[in-house]
Amino acid sequence: MKIEGTALCMGPDIDTDIIIAGRYLRTRDRREWVKHAFEDMDPSLAPRLEGKMIIAGKNFGCGSSREQAAIALKESGVKGVIAPSFARIFYRNAINIGLPVVECDCTCRSGEPVTADLVEGIVTIGERSYRIRPLSPRMLDILSAGGLVEHWRSRR
Amino acid sequence: MNTLSESILGARAGSYVDCRVDRAYVHDGTGVLTLEAWKSMKAETIARPDRVYVLFDHIVPANNSVTAGLQHDLRSFAREKGLNFTDVGTGICHQLMGEGIALPGEIIVGADSHTCTLGAFGAFATGVGATDMAAIWAEGGTWFRVPETIGVNLSGSLSGQAEAKDLALTYVGRLTMDGATYMALEFVGDGVAALSIDSRMTLSNLAVETGAKAGLFYSDDVTRRYLREYGHNIGVQRPAECSYHRELNIDLEDVVPVVAIPPRVDTIKPVADLEGMPLDQVFVGTCTNGRFEDLARFAGIVRGRKVKVRTLIAPSSQKVLTRATESGILHELLKAGCTILPPGCGPCLGAHQGVLGEGEVCLSTANRNFRNRMGVGGEIYLASVATAAASALTGALESPEEAVR
Repeated sequence: MKIEGTALCMGPDIDTDIIIAGRYLRTRDRREWVKHAFEDMDPSLAPRLEGKMIIAGKNFGCGSSREQAAIALKESGVKGVIAPSFARIFYRNAINIGLPVVECDCTCRSGEPVTADLVEGIVTIGERSYRIRPLSPRMLDILSAGGLVEHWRSRR
Repeated sequence: MNTLSESILGARAGSYVDCRVDRAYVHDGTGVLTLEAWKSMKAETIARPDRVYVLFDHIVPANNSVTAGLQHDLRSFAREKGLNFTDVGTGICHQLMGEGIALPGEIIVGADSHTCTLGAFGAFATGVGATDMAAIWAEGGTWFRVPETIGVNLSGSLSGQAEAKDLALTYVGRLTMDGATYMALEFVGDGVAALSIDSRMTLSNLAVETGAKAGLFYSDDVTRRYLREYGHNIGVQRPAECSYHRELNIDLEDVVPVVAIPPRVDTIKPVADLEGMPLDQVFVGTCTNGRFEDLARFAGIVRGRKVKVRTLIAPSSQKVLTRATESGILHELLKAGCTILPPGCGPCLGAHQGVLGEGEVCLSTANRNFRNRMGVGGEIYLASVATAAASALTGALESPEEAVR
């Protein structure tokens, strides 16, 4: 499984309140979450997320268990998130909704092309290549199916 | 030998296990998405409805008709499927699960990050997202990676006005916001025996602020006595010699009243360093510090005096509120000028009941001080109940050591 996108750099400890604030959660309209993604960090960011590969610092997605955070990124057209470490609930949520997450400590320059091969375990950013631990077979299965819901249905 | 997490999950750290879940709960916030995911799965049934809980606490009562509509659908579903359901005003999910439901040795999942609170009872309790929870509704189980464990060694006893919350913020400061990512914390040592269940819940509650999956206490005589009041006769769990990934030693005598400076829970300073900082609001409550012990402590400090800043108090459950009423504590809080909110999460997540305005500063007994969390442009300082009480009396950050002198 291979994903591609354009690098968008972020710092460490991006919490789920920053990804989508609590005041926007109570709706079934997922476009609301897309519209307000990262609003408290940079209000101009939401419309520019399409096609991006977020490359962040450690502990991405810490804080609340709100799955809306992962959904907001996926629905915004974010291709995946690469970070040295993730908060564990966000990590599971992302896989479960079909948003690739990759553990990798790499140098980010915004705008560079990024490719991540989740099976081979290689991330390429611009000219730089990084070896990562490949995702576990279970995670790959869920991601390849498009998320846990699809994965669950395909097994029935 | 095994850590408590290894014993409960039945495998060594690092291995992946598929487990039956003993109890699974959602609240009005995460329950809506869980229900959506469950419907998308076309699962049709709930594997173990008697083990599933739907507990309304996040925006209670509903703040607008959109929220009310979402809650209405979830409430109807819970009733139709025969799930355990508590409506607005009953209390915060983690508190309710801690009122005689969570038991030592159980595997408990909640669709909320602070599910780790129930580690106070010797349960393996951890937060999951909505889609994970939907699959748990459908299958009755889930998978875990058995975590490595950091042993938090507590020695001695708390002194002066320092309380469990100060200890909790202190260990978060020492471990940092991701120091325990993918791991569990185990609280051990001779300092544990003197800590009440309310205090242990506060300590377990903050575990997730270090990235931890769970924060566990071994059940002991304190746990036994507490659960006996709810009709349970439980055994004690004895810590075995086991290998910890890392150990953190804290002498409780050294713990002083502290605050967590926004926007990070791990930026910890003694209250004494920031004394006199003006406040716009004091908030006491949440799954961290809204229990009876907390309300009684607050009342004990403000008794016979008046608060000088708007002070919001949200009991963590109806049971806590009832006890506060019957013991006269509620009356003392009202006489001191506090505003009492319904049992629930209150303004902690910034949705209603005390949202901050631009430039406002709130001293809160909650667990998160992230940027804009309680309102755009507002700042949250986290502290203990005693510090909140002392500060409410002056309208500025104040050490509790002064207030009780």
